[in-house]
Amino acid sequence: MNRHIIVIPAFNEGAHVGSVVAGVREVLPEADILVVDDGSSDETSKEAAQAGARVLCLPVNLGYGAALQAGYKWAVRQRYMLLGQLDADGQHSPEHLPRMFETLDREEADVVIGSRFLDGDGHYRPSVARKVGIALFSRVATMVMRQRITDPTSGLQVMRMPVARFFCTEVYPSDYPDADILILLHRSGFRIHEVAVQMSQSSGKSMHRGHHSLYYMYKMWLSILVTLLRRRHIFEARS
Amino acid sequence: MQIRLITIAGAVVILMLIIELVRRRKLKEEYSLLWVFTAGIIVVLSIWYSLLVKLTHLIGGTVPSSTLFFFGLIFVTSLLLHFSVRISLLERRITSLVQEIGLLTLTSQEPEVNNAESSRSDRSDQPDS
Repeated sequence: MNRHIIVIPAFNEGAHVGSVVAGVREVLPEADILVVDDGSSDETSKEAAQAGARVLCLPVNLGYGAALQAGYKWAVRQRYMLLGQLDADGQHSPEHLPRMFETLDREEADVVIGSRFLDGDGHYRPSVARKVGIALFSRVATMVMRQRITDPTSGLQVMRMPVARFFCTEVYPSDYPDADILILLHRSGFRIHEVAVQMSQSSGKSMHRGHHSLYYMYKMWLSILVTLLRRRHIFEARS
Repeated sequence: MQIRLITIAGAVVILMLIIELVRRRKLKEEYSLLWVFTAGIIVVLSIWYSLLVKLTHLIGGTVPSSTLFFFGLIFVTSLLLHFSVRISLLERRITSLVQEIGLLTLTSQEPEVNNAESSRSDRSDQPDS
């Protein structure tokens, strides 16, 4: 059994998912690839399977977080050791993954997050609203965690299995994991590390597609507040 | 006097309707509680008018009928809140079920990974649900 699994949640990404899968196979030929088709109405499943990925088809659209979580559940049940994840829209280039797995080992971290902003070269230019949101919640996360966080919304991550197992519980949101989840991870005793990555502007669709900025702001504040209000609970299954 | 008769009749009709719905299993006993409770209060307040007047003074109202509206609003609000809680619960269950369908389909497509070990599957991803 292979040690690595790469999970790619995809919703109507038939145009991009094939090349993303091919890209992952190129840089990580040993890894198993699981595309979670989140109830797409296009050829996502077919394209992913043709590119050589295993496809987990969800019969209805559940949302980004819930699709990822289905991938975590598969990975945990299939007893993988390490999990990587990236978006199917081509925004994340797979070539960062090997370096992120190395960082996971070297830094003895539990999660390594690919950050668009860590290198500060300004190559990634999100919309103003997104920029404000990301800046704000990075600050909040940095303050609460006493550790610099620059890109809490990044979907490019690698993690050890205890983290994936933790994400299989009801703590994980079905829409978009964000700074609230990082704070929760931190409070649960997991070690988080960021590495700088380059991301393209993707296909114009942001990860927060369909997210109204106002609702997003409200949700994040509430979510962070209740995360801090809950009793600190160190996840037992670590190591 | 007429308004009291109408209120009592209305409350009794609601009570009977609730009991009938529960009898036909169209309404779970659990959900009937709040309805029966409210209908009961309306009956009591309609019959026992002086209690309604006292309550009105207590909450600082001027007209007894506004007290009835006040309690009616509290009832509607708590029912809506109750429904929101139930919907959140249902959504979480549906998410989990849909994921399980996907996982099962994938497992059944791949007999080689569907060995004794993974079908035992220790469910370690679901410690508390």
